[in-house]
Amino acid sequence: MDLLRFITAGSVDDGKSTLIGRLLYDSKSIMIDHLEAIEKQTKNREDGEIDLALLTDGLRAEREQGITIDVAYKYFSTPKRKFIIADAPGHIQYTRNMVTGASNSELIIILIDARKGVIEQTRRHSIIASLLNIPHVVVAVNKMDLVEYSQDVYNNILIDYAELAKQLGIKDVTYIPISALDGDNLVDASTNLPWYEGDTLLNHLENVSIADDINLTNSRFPVQYVVRPQTEELHDYRGYAGKIISGIYKVGDSITILPSGVKSTVSKIELGGKEVEEAFAPQSIILHLADDVDVSRGDVIVNDKDLPQVEQELEVVLCWMDSKPLTAGKKYLLQINSTRVRSVVKDIEYKLNVNTLEKELNIESAGLNDIVKATIKTAIPVAFDSYKKLRVNGGTILIDETSNVTVGACMIQ
Amino acid sequence: MSNINVNNNSPLGVRGKYHLDYLDQLESESIHIMREVAGQFERPALLFSGGKDSIVLVHLALKAFRPGKFPFPLVHIDTGHNFQEALDYRDKLADEIGEKLIVRNVGDTIKAKNLTEPKGKFASRNALQTYTLLDTIEEFKLDACIGGARRDEEKARAKERIFSVRDEFGQWNPKLQRPELWSIYNGKIDKGENVRVFPISNWTELDIWNYIKRENIQLPSIYFAHDREVLEFEGQYVAMSEFIQLEANDKVSVKKVRYRTVGDMTCTAAVESDASSIDDIITEIIATKTSERGETRIDDKVSEAAMEDRKKNGYF
Repeated sequence: MDLLRFITAGSVDDGKSTLIGRLLYDSKSIMIDHLEAIEKQTKNREDGEIDLALLTDGLRAEREQGITIDVAYKYFSTPKRKFIIADAPGHIQYTRNMVTGASNSELIIILIDARKGVIEQTRRHSIIASLLNIPHVVVAVNKMDLVEYSQDVYNNILIDYAELAKQLGIKDVTYIPISALDGDNLVDASTNLPWYEGDTLLNHLENVSIADDINLTNSRFPVQYVVRPQTEELHDYRGYAGKIISGIYKVGDSITILPSGVKSTVSKIELGGKEVEEAFAPQSIILHLADDVDVSRGDVIVNDKDLPQVEQELEVVLCWMDSKPLTAGKKYLLQINSTRVRSVVKDIEYKLNVNTLEKELNIESAGLNDIVKATIKTAIPVAFDSYKKLRVNGGTILIDETSNVTVGACMIQ
Repeated sequence: MSNINVNNNSPLGVRGKYHLDYLDQLESESIHIMREVAGQFERPALLFSGGKDSIVLVHLALKAFRPGKFPFPLVHIDTGHNFQEALDYRDKLADEIGEKLIVRNVGDTIKAKNLTEPKGKFASRNALQTYTLLDTIEEFKLDACIGGARRDEEKARAKERIFSVRDEFGQWNPKLQRPELWSIYNGKIDKGENVRVFPISNWTELDIWNYIKRENIQLPSIYFAHDREVLEFEGQYVAMSEFIQLEANDKVSVKKVRYRTVGDMTCTAAVESDASSIDDIITEIIATKTSERGETRIDDKVSEAAMEDRKKNGYF
């Protein structure tokens, strides 16, 4: 059984929470007591239908306002896969939450209201999906019941979206006509949509090929912690603990330690206390080197055959996540995996209009939820890959040194 | 695209042998989080309750740090209402793995701080645990506490970060949570603040049991079906103990039960069961229609936001 993390984009009006509620409900992942709790809350409603949306709104403020504010994580599984849903709010004032949920997702479900078609919100969600490089996109055309299950309406939306996807460079798109409220094409194939021959949503989630989403080519191993027992029998033991974020490591591999550039050879690999000949992403291991070299937390051990960039100047597209604005010239801590360095945002090239993709030039600061292109200079060289090439080694965060808060999410270009 | 030779006809799929099962992926993620704690904090601790989730945490810590020592002690906040079986298990485990165990008692806090013992039929010290926990954090200057909470347990927990920053009063502010992106964890804090870290956030109850089975992890005996004298209360079975105030109409009987969660004797209910092995338990959990906390926790039912409120006050 494998694991798929996906995000749902849309607002309550699009039936996003209803869709999640349905998936959980129809896959029997909702427990009776949780259902009873939402039934109690739905009692006051006029239509008397259970509001499945209430399942996902966990905080009191969210229930009171009837909106999703923060990312909620939901879990369900079928015999084929375990699923982790990042349920993120869809409104523009919560762009940062959507970016957060998207960062760990391999698939995004973009909900389109069949009556409205491709609208500004669809564009925004798709732009974020493309910026965050989510490998698989599902366009769920919802509320088909409200357009009399019309194939023409559906086809026109497909044509519109294909144009957008082309513009954004989104390659893997799957279209499914659904009705979240009635459950059409979610778990069971709908008899209302006989012209649709593709998979149901759940079927697609179960079968979409995700094996290639983990990179096995570019070997990257950020050192998190040095294990040194310093006991009598393990006097010389010195193991580098970390997670292989991409690629494969074998005993005998020639490696380079970055940013220092020192070379050595893999002498031993331990996985869960056992010695193994090789290990691969995303396994957490202890790596040993043949030479007595200086390695500590924050270093990255890479295979000699394929080196990342090691530089002090990074071109990034960043999403600003703090209420205090970002201004050019400000200093922040930059963290990429386990490496944390001082940095300064040198200049902001443009602000991206997330609804239209237009670039606004001559920008001096960025506010909450803004997405900008910027140049960051770091105090020491940093080993990284472009986000497009290697997501796991191309995403970084900015931390405000005075408030300690995570204020920015950067995709290195 | 890939320079790895993979056999597309392999039964393991296109990645051939380079494929990780979902439990391996969850395990690796959790080990990664624990090592981030070791790398980012000066004085962390692992909160150990004797329950299955914290037992899994210890197992993961062994995988993360052996042959080295844990970079943190185990800390148990003992309410004084714990099951003896869980306490025995705790001591035996700490002894076997040779790691430091710190125990602090809620009873001592009640005396020292002149707190009021909770009253009522199931007088639970669960809420008072927070005082002892915050005192312990202060006593040992702990900057990070690793806990076994899971996001599938409860709605408020579904929104909590893996690195969850608490202010100097231990309070969680759901509106001021740090965005948590990719697998990058920001544990930077000021003096006096601390971070609660939840390495098994993404595991479900069933994942935990499947992992316990796969790794052959030993559990306290109360997780398996046994005969116990219980008080029937609003459809739930509460273990008879000296802490429960019996009333005239109370119905006490012996039932064959097991515990789905292990908390205080006063606020954890047992479930009727014949499950004597992990396999039996997994079968029961797959068939069950009630959530873990719903079936076994008396303290969550107080209000819709009971957990959210407790967390805001520094609860784990």
